[in-house]
Amino acid sequence: MKRVVLQRKLVNALMVGLATASAVVALVFLGWILATLIRQGLAGLSVAWFIELPKPTGEADAGMANALVGTIQVVAMAIGFGVPIGLAAGIYLAEFGKGGRLSQVVRFVADVLLGAPSIVIGVFVYTLMVRPTGHFSGLAGAVALGLLMLPIVTRTTDEMMRLVPVSLREAALALGAPEWKMVLRVSLKAALPGITTGILLAIARVGGETAPLLFTALNSPYWSLNPTEPTATLNVTMFNYAMSPYADWRAMAWSAALVITTGVVLLTLLARATGRKAR
Amino acid sequence: MALLPDDKVKIRVEELSFFYGKTQALKSNNLEIADRRITALIGPSGCGKSTHIRTYNRMFELYPGQRATGRIRMDGLDVLDRGSVDGITLRSRVGMVFQKPTPFPMSIWDNVAFGLKLKGCTGTELEQGVTQALQEAALWDEVKDRLRASGLSLSGGQQQRLCIARALAVRPEVLLLDEPASALDPIATARIEELIRGMRGSLTVVLVTHNMQQAARVSDYTAFFYMGELVEHGPTDQLFTFPRERRTEEYITGKFG
Amino acid sequence: MGIDVISERQVGLVSNESRANARRRTSLFGDRLLRAATLCGALFLLLVVAGMAIMLIHGASTALGHFGPSFLGSQSWDPVRERFGALPSLLGTILSAGLALLLAVPLSLGIAMFLTELAPAWLARPVAAAVEVLAAIPSIIYGMWGLFVLAPAIASHLQPLLSRHLGWLPLFQGPPMGIGMMTAAIVLALMVVPYIAAVARDLFTMVPPSIKEAASGVGATRWEVMWHVVIPFTRSGLVGAIVLGLGRALGETMAVTFVIGNSHHISASLYKPSNTIASTLANEFTEATGGLYVSSLIALALVLFLLTFVILAIGRILVSRTALQGERAT
Repeated sequence: MKRVVLQRKLVNALMVGLATASAVVALVFLGWILATLIRQGLAGLSVAWFIELPKPTGEADAGMANALVGTIQVVAMAIGFGVPIGLAAGIYLAEFGKGGRLSQVVRFVADVLLGAPSIVIGVFVYTLMVRPTGHFSGLAGAVALGLLMLPIVTRTTDEMMRLVPVSLREAALALGAPEWKMVLRVSLKAALPGITTGILLAIARVGGETAPLLFTALNSPYWSLNPTEPTATLNVTMFNYAMSPYADWRAMAWSAALVITTGVVLLTLLARATGRKAR
Repeated sequence: MALLPDDKVKIRVEELSFFYGKTQALKSNNLEIADRRITALIGPSGCGKSTHIRTYNRMFELYPGQRATGRIRMDGLDVLDRGSVDGITLRSRVGMVFQKPTPFPMSIWDNVAFGLKLKGCTGTELEQGVTQALQEAALWDEVKDRLRASGLSLSGGQQQRLCIARALAVRPEVLLLDEPASALDPIATARIEELIRGMRGSLTVVLVTHNMQQAARVSDYTAFFYMGELVEHGPTDQLFTFPRERRTEEYITGKFG
Repeated sequence: MGIDVISERQVGLVSNESRANARRRTSLFGDRLLRAATLCGALFLLLVVAGMAIMLIHGASTALGHFGPSFLGSQSWDPVRERFGALPSLLGTILSAGLALLLAVPLSLGIAMFLTELAPAWLARPVAAAVEVLAAIPSIIYGMWGLFVLAPAIASHLQPLLSRHLGWLPLFQGPPMGIGMMTAAIVLALMVVPYIAAVARDLFTMVPPSIKEAASGVGATRWEVMWHVVIPFTRSGLVGAIVLGLGRALGETMAVTFVIGNSHHISASLYKPSNTIASTLANEFTEATGGLYVSSLIALALVLFLLTFVILAIGRILVSRTALQGERAT
């Protein structure tokens, strides 16, 4: 009997040790990645990086200003496209469709879209918008990112609004409020903090996306304020620069990596913080 | 307050205090638990009676920030002394059943076999252990044809008897029952009480209950807790008929609690 | 409200009624408008996914018509002679995702166990936040870091070590280059870990403490409580989390594209460069010339879409089946 207990305690110690080691491994890799990012990223960062256009390798004072603005442009358009439609679909699922056949199908379809690899969405938008028009555009990139946001916003809106207690809705209806007012002023308002968290997370997610932009927004060395033209984004520029053989371009890519990661991580932490406060 | 001769005492609690972080929940408890008898711990909710028995098997160790001071001598050995008493072995000697039934998400048979398998039992030893435990818990006749069914498929009262069987299977010397019937209906409660009475003579039982009638019906000895203090303990009929302390009398006559 | 009623009474019954009618009409209109608008949103989702399937099938039709079912089984990928087969990319996709899960699942469960059962609160909170940050880092960053930092480290430390001790296995043969299947799987695993760990942690905290205590009460160690009670208790959710992770690993593009080496040769060695569907698309799509080449790439995208769809469906069935068992049991 004693030997069995000893053996079990050894197994336990081993497994507890392994679990602790797993956490250590995660922390070590996170530290390693962040340290690399900060060291390499700060080295290439300068004022020029933020205000100048890209230049051929070897030239001084090159920047990624157009890509920085392009990213903001494309993501803003994606928000304008993905969030309203996602909200509408989510409200429908939670308030009108409820458990019906149509909402079951829509929920499943939203999950399919959520699980679809972002590069496949890029290919889809390419066949839909780039091939017929014959040219790449920032707008196509925005549609691709918007399609990535769409199911996230739909599912969070749906779930958050279904968490709103029935009694709250009934109280609003009992006061004589019409259904649409009840939905918008009571259910949606009560669910808004949770939905905001979901939207912020969706923005953080697409802000870091590269794959769906590769063959939709493509890239450009110039300012591209016209959304029907190819538009530079930080991520795609970073990809091209990092894969290039030039040391100065790689350094700029690391700086872009640092900027993007800082933005995305801050946005994610902000989302988590609002989510926690909401609860 | 020595009540019993040493050879009749299974557990002797001396100056036991307990802390949740900085909050003190037990204040210098001194208590004797009679060997192979049933001791009931009564008192209003929050008085520390559950906290008290959770020190007997060092269950509090699972949570950081909880600690106990004092001594709990079981057969002379202090169970609070981590150096000389191992927690895993201790918990297989001191079984525990909780307020809500806690069947594991596995079959009835596996539930009862759980502790035995941990101890390394196999084959007929395991088979017999499970059967005997189910018989002792008066559950055998109800489940013998569906031992492979999920433990969660039983009714509340059956689930609780399953948990008792699970605890009995590892052949503990002491069984701690923490309000074992408070979540059950009167009929199921009666069956559990009958079961507990049957353990007299073979097992040391400590029963925590807020139900005074239950304590009076089942136990040989009763201890009354109030605000983390052990106010009084003695033979059950004596405590209920001639309480020595005013607080005990007020509680058992229903003046507070 | 009260003042409202009095003033309405003073104005008189007739106007009161007509006002109520007007209100009813606007509210009916509002209800219909909101319902119609939100329904459009819901239908748009259906349209998108249907459109996606149609456009991908349409785009892939040239290639599928040309190669037939052998597209899936063919090993050649030759843009010059225009012979295209999905097998190398498909195998690479499944292998890299499978290896990544093999590494990621135990690691994630370990982290979740550490966070819920072992670490005190002051330690668990920052570690959980760190895992969240790991999940937030964009995939392209993993790719760059994998290419410039991890791959050289693997080539100079891990691979020589593996070759020395396990070199008799074909898996660990060949020159240690760093870039290749092994590095891709490790980077993928790192990306998947925070997702599975976060869900697993949430599931573990949902297990009632009394069940865990009951298990320790019969003398189980922490690990035995975990293995025999907590994990079975949360099984269906864990399956869901793992399937979610698998879906991510299958479709992940940037992290893999940087480090996998982009070769359409199938090799038994994990050291050799390989390819996944996503990395092939990322590398070749914009440069593809010729209708058959582009169509073959779209066909690859279609295969990947179907693959993730099937994984999602399997995950749903598994989760609902275990959930059903749980329900029947209670």
